[in-house]
Amino acid sequence: MDKETFIEQLREIVRPYAKNQEALATINTSTDFINDLKINSANLVDVVLDVEEKYDIVIQNEEMERMLNVQAALDIVEAKLNEK
Amino acid sequence: MTKEEILQHLPYAPPFLFVDELEYIDEEKVTGIYTFHADMPCYKGHFKGLPVTPGVLLTEVMAQTGLACLGIYLLRDEIQEQLPTVAMTSAHIDFYLPVAPGETVKAQATKIYFRFNKLKCRVALYNTAGALVCDGTMAGMIINSKNE
Repeated sequence: MDKETFIEQLREIVRPYAKNQEALATINTSTDFINDLKINSANLVDVVLDVEEKYDIVIQNEEMERMLNVQAALDIVEAKLNEK
Repeated sequence: MTKEEILQHLPYAPPFLFVDELEYIDEEKVTGIYTFHADMPCYKGHFKGLPVTPGVLLTEVMAQTGLACLGIYLLRDEIQEQLPTVAMTSAHIDFYLPVAPGETVKAQATKIYFRFNKLKCRVALYNTAGALVCDGTMAGMIINSKNE
């Protein structure tokens, strides 16, 4: 999966949870879910669950703890999809 | 873990303990009972001359039953003396009927998921007659020191 496609799909996943819609409009690999998009830690769990559903993968606790920005999400999802 | 032990692990005390007993609990669902005693101070001011149980307290009954009690049960192998620090993170509740002073209510909660330290439940509250008082969804999180 190419990076642009992933970022577009991720943008739609985080849209309901992102408090900062301006940061959402300019989302890129360095966008931080908590500091830039202002998603709280409880809603970040829902983001991760929605990512699991979208890509039909299972994310582990330690991966969840690392999944704090778009690049980390991309790395984790790509690795999971390659394992399939 | 018995239902009595779950109540002993709750991090609440009067006047902010809103579960009298647990009627049922398993990994997926829980039912708790609470009586709003007519001498509670909140009735003096909610409302002036017309005592009605505040919706936030109805919400609290559902949260203490559906999030705290069920959360303790789900974590029963990990917790020692007291529940780790918890926080309610969301509540979307619709209200249908008022609850008068002295009424006994029954809170029911069904787990939607428990993942990454977040417990999300479908919740409902019924009055003594068995009529639906309020329902909705709510979630809470365990706050670990590394999350701070």
